[in-house]
Amino acid sequence: MAKDFWKKHENLYYAITNKKVIFGMVIFTLVVLLAIFGPMFSPYEYDEYAGDPYSPPSRQHLFGTNIMGNDVFTMTVYGLRTTLLVGFIAGTIATIIGCIVGFLAGYYGGSWFDEILMGLTNIFVVIPQLALLIILSAFLEVRGILVMSIIVSITAWPWLARAVRAQTLSLRNQEYVNLSRISSLKVSRILREDIASNMFSYIFMSYILQFNGTMLATVQLEFLGLGPTKGISLGLVMQNAVNWNAIQLGMWWWAIIPGLILTIMITALYFVNTGLDAAFNPRLREM
Amino acid sequence: MARYLSKKILIYAITFFLAVTLNFIIPRLMPGDPIQSLVSRFAVMEGGTEILERQLILLFNLDEPLIVQYFNYWKSIFTGDFGISIMQFPSPVTEIIKKAIIYDILLLVPATILSWIVGNKLGAFSGVNKKADNVLMPIFYFLTSSPYFWLAGVVSFFLGVKLNFFPISGAYSVSMVPGFNWPFIVDYLKHWFLPFLSIFLVELGGWAIGMRNMIIYERSSNYSRYMGALGASDKLIRSYGFRNGVLPQVTGLALRIAGIIGGAITVETVFNYPGLGRIMLNSVLNQDYFLLQGIFLAIVIMALVANFLIDIIYMFIDPRVRLSFTGEV
Repeated sequence: MAKDFWKKHENLYYAITNKKVIFGMVIFTLVVLLAIFGPMFSPYEYDEYAGDPYSPPSRQHLFGTNIMGNDVFTMTVYGLRTTLLVGFIAGTIATIIGCIVGFLAGYYGGSWFDEILMGLTNIFVVIPQLALLIILSAFLEVRGILVMSIIVSITAWPWLARAVRAQTLSLRNQEYVNLSRISSLKVSRILREDIASNMFSYIFMSYILQFNGTMLATVQLEFLGLGPTKGISLGLVMQNAVNWNAIQLGMWWWAIIPGLILTIMITALYFVNTGLDAAFNPRLREM
Repeated sequence: MARYLSKKILIYAITFFLAVTLNFIIPRLMPGDPIQSLVSRFAVMEGGTEILERQLILLFNLDEPLIVQYFNYWKSIFTGDFGISIMQFPSPVTEIIKKAIIYDILLLVPATILSWIVGNKLGAFSGVNKKADNVLMPIFYFLTSSPYFWLAGVVSFFLGVKLNFFPISGAYSVSMVPGFNWPFIVDYLKHWFLPFLSIFLVELGGWAIGMRNMIIYERSSNYSRYMGALGASDKLIRSYGFRNGVLPQVTGLALRIAGIIGGAITVETVFNYPGLGRIMLNSVLNQDYFLLQGIFLAIVIMALVANFLIDIIYMFIDPRVRLSFTGEV
């Protein structure tokens, strides 16, 4: 039974036995667990006076305290929650938009519809996202997590749309797609059953990259003070660190650790992505 | 060829048009009436009321119909009049942008080009050398995963604070007078290095990963195998692979420009570097909307020009486009 299952899902077998995938998933899971359960293990609130200011990491304060005496560990895990959530929602929205635009443009490749969609995409590629986000956020006085996610996703989808379009273009002229078309199946069904299902692994990997990208965009916005207006976020912790000269004062635990956790998590996801690439792509698997 | 360029130019023109329109619409749509808050803030400044009146007529014209306001807004764009800054009252926005944009260009152009060149070389090396690959790849991934401003914090902590090699704030020492003389240039370069390094390192990772994958892909392709079977040297095969791999990297450069400019905004914030990014952020914090909109347009124009230059370069290095231009194909 089990053998049959793996024979059928060979790719899956290669995926979950790939060292890079395992390594990356373990780290990613750890960081996510930290974000989910970390706040429960911390005896402090993120904005309360928890101990002597300026203290380096110790048993009471895993990541030390900042200049106001807040516990950096607590701030980091609470901030991580917000940032992960925004990045996750934004990444999901961006992937959905990118896929829809890419499928449609690719399926109707060469038509005026395709030209319009790609023109729109290229415009979004050219505009510096962060500048656009700054201008949008600056005029929005209250920003919740959902608004943030939407703002971030607006600028995150174009590259995916281009990539999906290129893939769809190459699949579109396959025999079985033609067969579906002359059987006068609905376009939505052709896209779903013939095209999307064949690109599943590709889209899944893009989703990971998309998540990485939206996380970075989110944290950049938060760092500029344009994150969610309520609560704390990872970028905000780092913004405070820079504003209070944590770097000049040598408080590396405040200035560097919160960002390090995020960077390690994103690196881990890149590993997962590369590992999956090797698993799904036999040409790379040989290596 | 002409079609290729004219299509690109059309896209850029539309982008510019949309950016201006966005600038026009956003303050009118947003809740909280930013215009009203502008009025009250100008009113307390000396001579502010007259200037404000002129500004509002020029930029907003609130009693006129929307379409007339819109045309007036375009008129002011083409005359280069973006209004007066509140933060640095009463300097015109255009003046402030002119001063700041030099710092951006001197920072972004070298960082982008050098990271692209070095990243491609390192990636190609990593792609053919398994041992080096195992060490370099995690580093590349780590670099490309770093938020720009975080890496800026790291380099300024280690190279600036711990080792004290470089200053970590501003574009030149306070005691210096900007001018074209050696002491100032040395001082400027010292301040320039860390912001440059931060952008350079983050970008380096991305280019190296891209080139490494391209080289591996090219080396497993049929033409490489055929050349190998004919007895071509490894070096020759690699150089052909590199040439093919460079093309997507140039396209990638066009895609990254926008991201690099965005990253620079945060890096400038960390180093208190007086480029457009830093000023843009200050203008947000001070609700200096005229300045904010002016800088937004300046940044969009910067991105458009960079993209256009890359398009032209691409035309010359891609033999398919180049040959079709001279009519050989």
